[in-house]
Amino acid sequence: MSVIIILVIVGIIVAGIFLLGFIWAVKSGQYDDMYSPSVRILFDDFNGTSDENSDESNKDSKETEKIENNTKF
Amino acid sequence: MELQKFTYDNRLTNFFIWATVGWGVVAMLVGLTAAFELIFPNMSGEISWLVFSRIRPVHTNAAIFAFVGNGFFAAIYYSMPRLLKTPMFSKAMGNIHFWGWQLIIVLAALTYPFGFSQSKEYAELIWPIDILVVLIWVVFGLNMIMTLVKRRVKHIYVAIWFYIATWVTIAVLYIVNNLAIPVTWTLSYPIYAGIQDALVQWWYGHNAVAFFLTTPILGMMYYFIPKVANRPIYSYKLSIIHFWALIFLYIWAGPHHLLYSALPDWAQALGVVFSVMLIAPSWGGMINGLLTLRGAWDKVREDPVLKMFVVGVTAYGMSTFEGPMLSLKTVNALSHFTDWTIAHVHIGTLGWNAMMNFGMIYWLIPKLFKTKLFSVKLANIHFWIATLGMLFFSIPLYFAGFTQALMWKEFTAEGFLAYPNFLETVTQILPMYYLRAFGGTLYFIGALLFVYNVWKTAAQGSFMRYESDEAAPKALPNPKESGHRKLEGRPLQFTVAALVVILIGGLVEIIPMYLVKSNIPTISAVKPYTPLELEGRDIYVAEGCYLCHSQMIRPFRNETERYGEYTKAGETVYDHPFQFGSKRTGPDLARAGVKTLPNYKPDSWHYNHMINPQKVSPESIMPQYPWLADNEIDLSVTPDKIRVMRTLGVPYPEGYEDKAVADLQAQYAEIANGLRSSGIDVGDNKEIVAMIAYLQRLGTDVYNSK
Repeated sequence: MSVIIILVIVGIIVAGIFLLGFIWAVKSGQYDDMYSPSVRILFDDFNGTSDENSDESNKDSKETEKIENNTKF
Repeated sequence: MELQKFTYDNRLTNFFIWATVGWGVVAMLVGLTAAFELIFPNMSGEISWLVFSRIRPVHTNAAIFAFVGNGFFAAIYYSMPRLLKTPMFSKAMGNIHFWGWQLIIVLAALTYPFGFSQSKEYAELIWPIDILVVLIWVVFGLNMIMTLVKRRVKHIYVAIWFYIATWVTIAVLYIVNNLAIPVTWTLSYPIYAGIQDALVQWWYGHNAVAFFLTTPILGMMYYFIPKVANRPIYSYKLSIIHFWALIFLYIWAGPHHLLYSALPDWAQALGVVFSVMLIAPSWGGMINGLLTLRGAWDKVREDPVLKMFVVGVTAYGMSTFEGPMLSLKTVNALSHFTDWTIAHVHIGTLGWNAMMNFGMIYWLIPKLFKTKLFSVKLANIHFWIATLGMLFFSIPLYFAGFTQALMWKEFTAEGFLAYPNFLETVTQILPMYYLRAFGGTLYFIGALLFVYNVWKTAAQGSFMRYESDEAAPKALPNPKESGHRKLEGRPLQFTVAALVVILIGGLVEIIPMYLVKSNIPTISAVKPYTPLELEGRDIYVAEGCYLCHSQMIRPFRNETERYGEYTKAGETVYDHPFQFGSKRTGPDLARAGVKTLPNYKPDSWHYNHMINPQKVSPESIMPQYPWLADNEIDLSVTPDKIRVMRTLGVPYPEGYEDKAVADLQAQYAEIANGLRSSGIDVGDNKEIVAMIAYLQRLGTDVYNSK
């Protein structure tokens, strides 16, 4: 059953990669702010190509800008 | 700070969506065909490429890699640029990814029905296509990683972490599980044998569920549920915690597919413990998804997209509760090899995966085509039909599973098996198979409504290829952070480099050495297959017999009574690949060749049974395999097969490959003469004789030594 040893090693390598990812994430401040990222994703609706903005999307993007100015990130 | 303008290209998202829609229909249609073949076994008739055992991999692979795969690729190509405020790194790489992936799917559909299969579930692709999969996967990964490096938003939203985990883990699993030595362009033998091969396969198999059907869909959930409901995820902190917990736990859960097998007990226990622990992060995800909708349930009442997400996430919760339960040895003793497993996985695919895909596409298509959904009413009807279809599919199969398992285990007061004839336990659950086909039909009709609805939506709008956006460049680092700043983004590149080095270099060198050594049999009576048996085994693999017949007798009294001595690890050391199977639609065949056992059948029975099972046992649901009596073995490859097997540690003597064909023909003549004396005239080099030789060898080594 020596394949178990290999799988455990591979498993640990993969887990190690994830651990490095985790450490990097924590150290680089990824998790300093646990709230605003969840809100920020809601504000990216700049609809339409530059030449044909519908009324609705214009309104959307203005709103978004306003909120973005307030949230500062 | 100055804002930078850039555009998102929706082209590939759109392509992936239509690929999802199209392949989804194909996957479901093939699945439905398979469901009907189980109740009308002669549906495939003499058409070899339509037989259940050959199209079942088409169904599973299409559902997993084509339907779910293209679905989450669409999600990634849509959400990643928007989350990171940058277009995807390379359009060329995106194109290669898209067309390469579709090519792989087409190649799969062109190989499985014609008997080209490695027999490892969800990894049946033959080796040249495997290489293509790895190449395309690398292109996809590099495109994703470079997009991350070029991002304008410092924070990596949780959905993207799920995408990254998907990519890293699938790459490792896929390569490790598919290590094999080619014999021809379409045939290879895995470097692992028997129980070792089984462990690697289910380590892969379970993680395919974890990292192909779960993590990317959770990423989808974390992006699309907040977007559609227009409210942030319930707890961002919980999403981070459950992400890390999930990926650290999942990779160890594979052995729960091999409970009560010849796998060492401690490895089984490891699998069980980790599987049970998985409830916590899985339910963390489910709760987080559902609670995002707190205060928005009025929207759920109106919006078919949210309805689908709710059922999807609920189904995820159900199947991730059921999974750990099925991993408990006591439950598994009952559930394993029955339709319970099929019910379980379909709650996952029809409920979780498909509903998330449907919901996402219902939401994205109107957005991409700048219009409203063609018919909300029709989408609601689809929602209800799909939900009912899923329940009609799974609930009967739960009953089928319990019923059949209990019948297998039932003893009479005198201590004999209450249902010694396996077929009795099959006919008992046939009504459930009818209901399953009905549920599947409902679900399929729902999918057709979906196609019509999305098609009409797209037709009434006009495709918006580019969307402009603007964002500040990535924030400058703190001076004290600048050391990290330089490394930022690079750990991912290191990941890739490390993976390539480790996998291609290290493992390929080390693993075969290790394995060949440990393939030395612990049971001296176990001998390599004769050339004819080896040919028969390859046909058994190619036809997909393992999909309905296990070769793994568990150490329970009812199984040893029915099938003989339980399977030992040492008996499987020459099995490249292993053939344990995971479902008993028909009886176990691990000891099919042992003459003293109650289920032993003579050569002529096997011949007639494979040509037309219903002639032999009228109620059987096994399809016919008449082409086995027409197709011929390619003797020119036999010596190569022997040579490769020897490389893998099977002790054929040096130079045996030159004598192999003669040996094969001698054994062939013996069986053919035997058949002739029973009135069956079989020509030269027919596959069916090789198959009979293999079946009659199964499980005999241990018995003969007694």
